Amino acid sequence: MNFKMLASTALVAGLLAGGAQAADLKIALQDDPDVLDPAQSRSFVGRIVYAAMCDALVDIDADVNFVPKLATDWKFSDDGLKLVMNLRQGVKFQDGEDFNADAVVYTINRNMTMKESRRKSDLASVEKIEKTGDYQVTFTLKQPDASLVAQLYDRAGMIVAPKAAEAEGANFGAHPVCAGPFKFVERVPQDRIVLEKFDGYWNAKDIHFDKVTYLPIPDTTVRLANLQSGDVDLVDRIASTDADTVKANPKLGYAEVAGLGNMGIYFNLANGTGAKNPMGENKLLRQAFSLSIDRDAIDEVVFNGAALPGNQPWPPTSVWYDKTHPVPPRDIDKARALVKEAGFDRVKVTIKHANNPVVTQAMQMIQAMAAEAGFDVTLQSTEFATLLDDQSSGNFEVSRSDWSGRPDPDGNVYQFFTTKGGLNDPKYSNPEVDRLLNEARASTDPAVRKAKYDAFVGHLLEDNPIVYLGTQKYLYGFTAKLNGFKPLPDAMIRLQGVSKAD
Amino acid sequence: MHIFIAKRLLIAIPTLILVSIFVFTLQKLLPGDPVLALAGEERDPATLDAIRAQLHLNDPIVVQYGRWIWAALQGDLGMSLRTNTPVTQLIAQKLPVTIQLAVMSMIVAVLCGIPGGIYAAVHKRRKGDYIVNILALSALSIPNFWLGIMMILLVSVNLGWLPASGYVSPVENFWLSMKTMLMPALVLGTGLSATLLRHTRSSMSGVLKSDYIRTARAKGLRPREVILGHAFRNAILPIITLMALLFGELLAGAVLTEQIFTIPGFGKLTVDAVFTRDYAVVQGVVMCTAVAFIAMNLVADVLYAFLNPRLRAKL
Repeated sequence: MNFKMLASTALVAGLLAGGAQAADLKIALQDDPDVLDPAQSRSFVGRIVYAAMCDALVDIDADVNFVPKLATDWKFSDDGLKLVMNLRQGVKFQDGEDFNADAVVYTINRNMTMKESRRKSDLASVEKIEKTGDYQVTFTLKQPDASLVAQLYDRAGMIVAPKAAEAEGANFGAHPVCAGPFKFVERVPQDRIVLEKFDGYWNAKDIHFDKVTYLPIPDTTVRLANLQSGDVDLVDRIASTDADTVKANPKLGYAEVAGLGNMGIYFNLANGTGAKNPMGENKLLRQAFSLSIDRDAIDEVVFNGAALPGNQPWPPTSVWYDKTHPVPPRDIDKARALVKEAGFDRVKVTIKHANNPVVTQAMQMIQAMAAEAGFDVTLQSTEFATLLDDQSSGNFEVSRSDWSGRPDPDGNVYQFFTTKGGLNDPKYSNPEVDRLLNEARASTDPAVRKAKYDAFVGHLLEDNPIVYLGTQKYLYGFTAKLNGFKPLPDAMIRLQGVSKAD
Repeated sequence: MHIFIAKRLLIAIPTLILVSIFVFTLQKLLPGDPVLALAGEERDPATLDAIRAQLHLNDPIVVQYGRWIWAALQGDLGMSLRTNTPVTQLIAQKLPVTIQLAVMSMIVAVLCGIPGGIYAAVHKRRKGDYIVNILALSALSIPNFWLGIMMILLVSVNLGWLPASGYVSPVENFWLSMKTMLMPALVLGTGLSATLLRHTRSSMSGVLKSDYIRTARAKGLRPREVILGHAFRNAILPIITLMALLFGELLAGAVLTEQIFTIPGFGKLTVDAVFTRDYAVVQGVVMCTAVAFIAMNLVADVLYAFLNPRLRAKL
């Protein structure tokens, strides 16, 4: 009897120990996130951590439709100047505080007014937010803005615990408290971020891990090695050249998803001294340049098939893609003819690009392809922070740049193509484009918006201030023991429904 | 002796001030706007201006420097622009990691380099000497990043003996800490051991030619006593200086090794800070490194005195 009891105790203990181990998840991230306060943070990788720690008002589904999260439903007024949101009831913050309309009003006001907030431009269209019920808030807008829902899906809509945020102020990022499934435990910069399960999470039944650890491992080879050796369970973004290795390994799982962003070549049209160049002055040359590129070949050679060739600010898989303007095949004769028509025999051009191997390889292919059409391309490989500064201050003729993408189409175009847009580094200015993009933003009717964006794409492909190459896919490797992991186009790692077998 | 140390410490003050001015100005010469690097994908001009004002980047550089040095004298090295963490806290977190890596690498280097050097000197121009030299040259020539990746693939991925990367504090779990740090220490240590070996060899072979060694041999002392008791004690002096400098370098952070093994140490902190133009962190880390170098040089001088009675009398 004693022996039996001892044996069964040992067995139970063993099972528990095994269970506890299996309920820990280790995720290797590509970079170390910046400050962990949704109001202040700027990094893409930080959003991956928020996906487990901070629920937002809205979420997206696999088809990039907006779906309820902390808000259960929402509606714009007919004039588009009010947005009413009903909130989920019975939700608690990780410190036990109740989630309600007051918390939402507090957070949005914090995002709009706190000195250190980086969310002010996200919420620029909001005049004010009011509590219109215990679980209802109403946004009043300065002008209609259909993209507001998309902002509320991102960091601007991640609701923080008011008491904790009030107490910590700008230092909230050191001890963030939100309403997500995992609560913050500790962070050692450049080493790890540890979260543990929040038992009071409103959707706790879908959460199957006790602890999640994020490890920033910038080197792709080392990230993969950690996965192969079993030191981590899931790897955020593997290199496309490693995809076959992961697929061939029976101990590993593989998933990929096309992103929301784009890879583009930016031409300086009117930004400072760099604008004085034939490419910036002559749209025929830009059209010729675009036609000289074989986007499929770049996808195959550089990305190993892990990119979607494209020619618009959104991928061809997007509902916003204008199918009447498909990705142009390479047409070297037409490109040559356009160069001649522009009055040139050969065109000298310098292109700046980030100094990483993948971008460099793609640019070298483009250099060779464009040469056949009459472009003598000089590539200037530049460190990222310098490239950013050069591009913003106009110290470039042509520059290669990426955009991570937003679920609402406005996020991929408005700041880039409107005359006063903050990311309009080419300084492109076309009153017709300004009008179309403003009208698309103002309408809440998807059909109307689609028509406006289609008309905009027509102008874009005529003027080509930015020539798009396509969209990169996000590739993931994970242990085969992991079940239920489905990446969404925004590349956030959602842990709802994900579990790990013993 | 005390006066000697006090003098050295006084000389350190102008050195540190010069270093701080140098780093402060050099950073400002770097291309790239720190505000843009910080803002990431947010590029609203109002936001950028707000960040710039918050960081006092509009002030003249002299005012910025004055503000920094005044705070630094009170033990405040500022905040990381990227993570909002105090720089002193970052340094306090990274320094033990780097010290551990430095000590373990140094142990590897000393264990391989010094005996190897003595052996090579004693067997000069014989087969043993050539073999040791070839090994040392190979260790010097193999780049750390290549050796590191190869070791990870072999030892962690294929054999599964050691963790592939990362860091565990020895306080948290001593054995796991040793295991995670072993590969990086071997990678770093082998390169250093080659340097130590070459220097030990030349220093030893110089000493072995001197008269007192011939006398010692003539007295009929056993070779072991001649080599270790008489020759090595004199030959070690230049090696101590070298070791102190190498150790100082290790404390500055082994960038590539830390990057490959994802060790959150000084090197990684510095490189990431430079790339994101996190000025306060760069400044703090460089000052800390300068202090480490000055301290290591002082330690070397004091050790010298202990090991060499002639010098002790002069101090």
